[in-house]
Amino acid sequence: MVGPALEDNYPLIGRRRFLLTSGGALLAAVFTRPALARLTVQEALAVFANGAEIKEGRIRLEIPPLVENGNLVGATVTVDSPMTEADHVKRIALFNEKNPQADMAVFHLGPRAGRAEVSTRLRLATTQVVTAVCEMSDGGFWASKAHVIVTLAACVETL
Amino acid sequence: MARTLVNVPETARAGEIIEIKAMIAHPMETGHRVDAKGATIPRNIINRFECVYDGATVFAADLYPAVSANPFFSFTTVATRSGAIRFIWTDDQGAVETASAEITVT
Repeated sequence: MVGPALEDNYPLIGRRRFLLTSGGALLAAVFTRPALARLTVQEALAVFANGAEIKEGRIRLEIPPLVENGNLVGATVTVDSPMTEADHVKRIALFNEKNPQADMAVFHLGPRAGRAEVSTRLRLATTQVVTAVCEMSDGGFWASKAHVIVTLAACVETL
Repeated sequence: MARTLVNVPETARAGEIIEIKAMIAHPMETGHRVDAKGATIPRNIINRFECVYDGATVFAADLYPAVSANPFFSFTTVATRSGAIRFIWTDDQGAVETASAEITVT
């Protein structure tokens, strides 16, 4: 333990220490606030990939760059894969940056899909980046991002 | 529970990749909205969708509140044999809705 006297002798250490502890307290305050208690995209991706490396490419996320209504945003994900028994897409997941929850949907596919192509409709709370990730049968993970501008938000409206 | 709408080709050649579309009428209540009195409206969403064909689940989805009301999916499968393609939706309250479509594979 460093006593107060020593900190007085080394004011730099004292300040650094103060910044570290106050930064930690601030982080704790941010993460315990229920409205903000969501995983970041990076955290959600790490959970999905179980910590494995995620590379850019092989997956394409088609989503309109500008939408009027965030309640109904059409999205299509396509993965470059032969979809054979030996080489196919196992899962495709979508994550968002700024909705109350990072997870959007997880699709489970297999060689019987024939093609790795899935469409659905999403809610977007605000202008943000949507990330699509796929897990291949060889254990590799691939990701792609798309930025969407939303003029009328979903999720936040009252009745 | 709810009205469903599925679209499957009536006929296909064996080995052909067919496109399937499935939709269900459901509010997908997010659990983030509040009513006029300020009380949170409890979450109630479809959390699982499955498509079963020729003895196996060929497509499944785990859903979160970020999926729009009346969830819609479009996906593909390889036509293997004639028979029913079944669709199963499950919501947070455990309610299950099913639909089925016949396909003739030549």
